[in-house]
Amino acid sequence: MKSKAWNFAAIGMAAALFALPAAAQKKYDPGADDKEIKIGQIGPYSGPASAYGTIGKAIGAYLDKVNAEGGVNGRKIKYIATDDGYNPAKTVEMARKLVEEEETLIVFNPLGTPSNTAIQKYMNTKKVPQLFVATGATKWGDPKNFPWTMGWQPTYQAEGKIYAAHILDTKPNAKIAVLMQNDDYGKDYLKGFEDGLGDKAKTMIVAKVTYEVTDPTVDSQMLTLKASGADVFFNITTPKFAAQAIKKAAEIGWKPVHYLNNVSASVSAVMTPAGLENGVGLLTSAYIKDPTDPQWANDKGYKDWVEWMKKYYPSGNLADGFNVYGYNVAQGLVQVLKQCGDNLTRENVMKQAASLDMTLPMLLPGVNVKTGPDDFYPIEREQMSRFDGKTWILFGKVYGR
Amino acid sequence: MTPRQSTLLKWLLAALVLGGLLVLPFLVKNYRVFQFNLVLVYAIAVLGLNLLTGYNGQFSLGHGAFYAIGAYTAATLMDKLGMPYWATLPIAGAVCFGFGLLMGFPALRLGGHYLALATYALALAVPQLLKYKTIEGITGGVQGIVLNKPEPPFSFRFLGQPFNADRWLYIFTLAVALLMFLVAWNLVRGRVGRALIAIRDHPIAATAMGINLPVFKSLTFGVSAAYTGVAGALGAICVAFVSPDSFGVFLSISFLVGVVIGGLASIPGAIFGAIFIQFVPNIADEISKAAPSAIFGAALIGAMYLMPAGVMGMFKGLWARWRLGAAPTPGPR
Repeated sequence: MKSKAWNFAAIGMAAALFALPAAAQKKYDPGADDKEIKIGQIGPYSGPASAYGTIGKAIGAYLDKVNAEGGVNGRKIKYIATDDGYNPAKTVEMARKLVEEEETLIVFNPLGTPSNTAIQKYMNTKKVPQLFVATGATKWGDPKNFPWTMGWQPTYQAEGKIYAAHILDTKPNAKIAVLMQNDDYGKDYLKGFEDGLGDKAKTMIVAKVTYEVTDPTVDSQMLTLKASGADVFFNITTPKFAAQAIKKAAEIGWKPVHYLNNVSASVSAVMTPAGLENGVGLLTSAYIKDPTDPQWANDKGYKDWVEWMKKYYPSGNLADGFNVYGYNVAQGLVQVLKQCGDNLTRENVMKQAASLDMTLPMLLPGVNVKTGPDDFYPIEREQMSRFDGKTWILFGKVYGR
Repeated sequence: MTPRQSTLLKWLLAALVLGGLLVLPFLVKNYRVFQFNLVLVYAIAVLGLNLLTGYNGQFSLGHGAFYAIGAYTAATLMDKLGMPYWATLPIAGAVCFGFGLLMGFPALRLGGHYLALATYALALAVPQLLKYKTIEGITGGVQGIVLNKPEPPFSFRFLGQPFNADRWLYIFTLAVALLMFLVAWNLVRGRVGRALIAIRDHPIAATAMGINLPVFKSLTFGVSAAYTGVAGALGAICVAFVSPDSFGVFLSISFLVGVVIGGLASIPGAIFGAIFIQFVPNIADEISKAAPSAIFGAALIGAMYLMPAGVMGMFKGLWARWRLGAAPTPGPR
């Protein structure tokens, strides 16, 4: 059977190469036919993480627009979103529902690191694409061991590398202090950061202190870091601790060049509780157009996004960056399906997903989506931004890859 | 109907139900088998909580914690020590029995709502403790542990369907569930069961009758936790993954919902409770993406309004009414 399928694939490819495109063999896996492509999705529509649920709704709203405009290569997209309530056990159930009962062509953009870990083995055993997962962990780009799983957004490691590059550019003799959460997320950031600094990591990083999620504060850690005499501070913390660290640094009069990981770049959840005046000059990085940033007001990409939001997702929040995320990732999906042409097999979906090279209107200028057979990290570029006491202001060149 | 006929009928009915349960996985798709498997797992957990809440009158909002401990016990033993999956069940049960007993001691001094709060604290604490750094090597931290699904020991085809991992696990879970239900049934219909109910209905009278309150209450807590722990272990094997996020507070509340929907102090009720907590959230999700929890809440309120004593309470009521109608009307006095 297998070899027969390969023969067909070979014939198909040969036909595509040598004959007219119209002569190309139409090939389908479960979930695709002449009229329809079934796309499954899993997200937290209920439960504690339901703020992320809007991503899945935005994806659906974008696919509505695509269908209204005639679909992809003449096929309509049937979008089946399921709710796992951010419970990995439920994610497994939903993935099985999508693959075995709904028979979708792919499982698209499942959200959460534990949720995706729970289904990765299953998806790869079943050979169903687990495409553009919504998590920043670095382990999703491992085509050798998990050829059916691909990430989407810049990874924590990629972001760490960007800060390292910026430090090497602006302050090559920096003495760096690092505060990090003691788990996979913190280690991921640190690894990217150290890789980015290269051989100089050992000499440049003068202090490295960790905290536990269960710790009440990071006050003592901040005192230790100040005592190290560092003049650059890399702050790898989740929102609550990020606010504490920013506030404490101001209280003890420590004024290093302060890099804050993107995880905690929220103005309302971090900068405001930390004291807006304490955050002036902080640095972080970004890769999508912030819908609240006034500089995009006349940007075509932004205007199109607003128009789409108003028409297809009127209940969505125009200030919510997650709706930009959903819009972007859905455009990524449509591009993959377009490239697949009439060969809508799961294998071809992964092959096309691994040969992307494009920009998207709501990504920052200069940030692109690029993949290859060995590169399962679609977005790896980011731009630095600085806090001005009110909002994050982009500056400088685009870093990464 | 003579009593002999009645017993025969009961056995026949039981055999029919069992036969149906055995054939069921071969009639549906794998994914459904997996869901039915989860129903059985939840039924064991709900039964455990029902022993405590329904029969003994002790409230627990923390049984998700025992489920988590059972799941992690099984996952760790399989992952680190390479133990076969079936051998982990008694150990998970024993470990949870120990933890349940420990939890039972403060329960002696805390009644009603206070006990509910204390156990709630347990449900909140366990997922965080599982992420704790010093035991990260064992628990896998935030990332959890990925397991292998057990392969069936032999293979055949039935009704054109292969006997695969999911179907084997279903049969295995069914056997464990039957055993657990039988044990619970034996427990509550005898001396122990009467003692439990006496403690629930009137603790002082129960003490006066010579029932050792502390021993019974803490043992009930232990047994109840052991049931939930075994369910947790089965759940882990079935889902093939554990992580702290799988065992949030909502799980504990789901179990309580299952107990109340199925019917307090009813053994078969656990099955209906499990069906409710497994399928109603899925239906709610299919009805509305915008507010699945609201739909679930409405279903819950509707169920409680229509069946204030749970599914089994409703059945009992209908049965009593039918008996009344069938019986010859008593003559005027």
